[in-house]
Amino acid sequence: MWLTKTNSRPPQGHNGRLATRFLGAVLLSSLLFNPAFAEEKDYQVELPAAPKGPASFTPPNEADIPNNAFGDAVRYGLSLFTNTQQLRGQYVGNELNCVNCHLNKGRQANSAPLWGAFPMYPAYRKKNDHVNTIDERIQGCFTYSMNGTPPPFGSKELTALVTYHYWLSTGAPVGQALPGRGYPKLDTPAEDPSVSRGEVVYQDNCAICHGENGAGTQVDGRYAFPPLWGKDSFNWGAGMHRVNTAAGFIKANMPLGKPNSLTDQQAWDVAAFMNSHERPQDPRYEGNLEQTAETFHQHQCFYNKEVDQQRIGQGVK
Amino acid sequence: MLIQNKSIVLMILVAFSPITLASELGKTIVMQGNSSGAMACSICHGANGAGQAQAGFPNLAGLDPAYMQKQLQDFTTAQRHNPIMTPIATALSTDEMNAVSTYFAQQSTPTMKPTTADDSLLKAGQQLAQNGNWANDVPACFSCHGAQAKGVGMYFPALAGQHASYIEQQLNSWRSGQRSNDPNQLMVGIAQRLSETEIKAVSAYLANLTATNN
Ligand code: HEC
Ligand code: HEC
Ligand code: HEC
Ligand code: HEC
Repeated sequence: MWLTKTNSRPPQGHNGRLATRFLGAVLLSSLLFNPAFAEEKDYQVELPAAPKGPASFTPPNEADIPNNAFGDAVRYGLSLFTNTQQLRGQYVGNELNCVNCHLNKGRQANSAPLWGAFPMYPAYRKKNDHVNTIDERIQGCFTYSMNGTPPPFGSKELTALVTYHYWLSTGAPVGQALPGRGYPKLDTPAEDPSVSRGEVVYQDNCAICHGENGAGTQVDGRYAFPPLWGKDSFNWGAGMHRVNTAAGFIKANMPLGKPNSLTDQQAWDVAAFMNSHERPQDPRYEGNLEQTAETFHQHQCFYNKEVDQQRIGQGVK
Repeated sequence: MLIQNKSIVLMILVAFSPITLASELGKTIVMQGNSSGAMACSICHGANGAGQAQAGFPNLAGLDPAYMQKQLQDFTTAQRHNPIMTPIATALSTDEMNAVSTYFAQQSTPTMKPTTADDSLLKAGQQLAQNGNWANDVPACFSCHGAQAKGVGMYFPALAGQHASYIEQQLNSWRSGQRSNDPNQLMVGIAQRLSETEIKAVSAYLANLTATNN
């Protein structure tokens, strides 16, 4: 198979890659349900574990953003990152903002900080023999986490976001994973994650902000607390729909203001509860739930699983 | 004729509908107190609910009614013990608590005099309110108390335009354990992780924000 080349083959140069992609387009119909091909589009593939140890990197101060055209791009990127809703309808299809999952304006360790991300791209992925750029990674969050259509390469929005990522990484070593990158990986829980135990954790710790039915809380038509499932939240292709990824995020960041207050087991259980609800369909869905599940969902998630005698993964609009 | 009669009936109905009665009850207690020994709220909070900055009597005008009801209930327990308010709240029935809360919620927020706090203090306060201090696990105050601290529902009270003296006093009450009624212990840890300077700064800043009533 041309896409599952062995590791020994050196990564192709830019032109080679383009040619491969063109070939991909030609062969698309025959390869549609081939897992190896499918992988290529999946920028939400799980991040590797970050090195252990306390996060010691300090991103620069906002007050030090320079007053020039570069600074303007940084500020615009920051504004898009914290208020992504300004792109609603254009590139954003749900009620979320980037900052909802990358807390403290993308500065917070263990909350997938942007300074942990930027220096690690472009990243070569063995699985599909493809080099992913930071632009593509951000586009992936638009497609899945924001349930939208990504801003194109070279657009002022994508350029501004990349510029903000770059600026926050000022002083970070290139190509070296830093402690605090991504969300922490929790140990396998003593007991399998349980939706019903998770519901209790949820009602006791989360419902006050995110609502009894996960729909979030609005004030004057804007979300004060973001929706966790349903039509306004991230879709079935987003990294957060994986139970393990959500458990790590929740453990380190939720409830807001009380990080690391849940036990690991509680974090796993509540992540299972949260992710056993309907959300917008995976954009890679081609009309067959089983097939989509087999191709794209070979990980810890509830897509195409039975919950309360209902098969979920149907999607909601 | 017929039409006139109908409107008279309607007027009578309106006058005695439960809503009108409740707001009358609320107003009466605020102005005169009740026969069980609750003092007139207006003595300290003012008829319009504006409170008194120097004395640390909070502004109640425009606060969420369910939030105030909960506070009045909490004053009757050890969770929010206060030598002034506890006896007053204890003398109110549940219906009376609802009535006074509705009354104060409907008052329009008074325009507060800007504080005389210096600029650098206000700037520091703004920084904390908008951005938090994540190095100490303190998220932005606005992320729970709403944009511009206008409040979010019954659990996250508005802080904009609240008296600085009162805000400071409440943060210190959580630190000392005198107040422990925050749902899910969402406020106590935050109060404990603030420094004295941060408390002064954020209180001054929030008091200066123009307040509530949407
Ligand atoms: C005090 C309010 C509060 C509580 C309690 C709370 N959250 Fe959140 N949560 C937030 C806020 C605010 C954000 C967005 C953070 C930001 O934008 O800075 C958020 C973001 C999230 C997100 C990512 C965004 C999204 O909509 O998917 C998830 C997932 C989440 N919370 C899960 C939980 C879980 C699970 C619990 C209970 C263990 C919980 N939260 C408790 C306020 C809260
Ligand atoms: C619903 C939550 C959510 C939202 C909203 C979200 N992301 Fe993400 N983001 C994630 C998850 C989950 C990952 C992958 C983490 C993992 O696999 O451990 C991620 C990863 C990333 C990475 C790569 C991190 C790394 O270390 O390699 C970047 C960059 C990124 N997101 C940017 C953005 C941008 C820009 C936006 C807004 C357009 C956004 N994200 C919106 C959840 C979210
Ligand atoms: C003698 C002065 C005084 C009178 C009279 C008084 N209050 Fe208070 N009130 C206070 C003080 C002082 C506080 C702050 C208590 C604390 O520090 O916890 C307070 C707090 C409150 C609060 C909590 C506000 C918040 O933001 O959490 C409510 C509600 C309240 N009072 C309602 C009333 C009502 C209703 C009445 C009349 C029945 C009343 N008060 C009468 C002095 C008074
Ligand atoms: C994680 C959510 C959260 C954050 C962040 C938060 N608060 Fe609160 N706060 C609460 C809750 C919940 C209450 C209501 C407690 C109750 O019902 O008695 C509260 C109540 C208060 C009150 C009492 C108001 C009154 O009328 O009596 C003050 C003052 C206050 N907070 C100040 C702050 C300040 C200052 C900050 C920022 C440094 C802040 N809060 C951040 C959750 C939060």
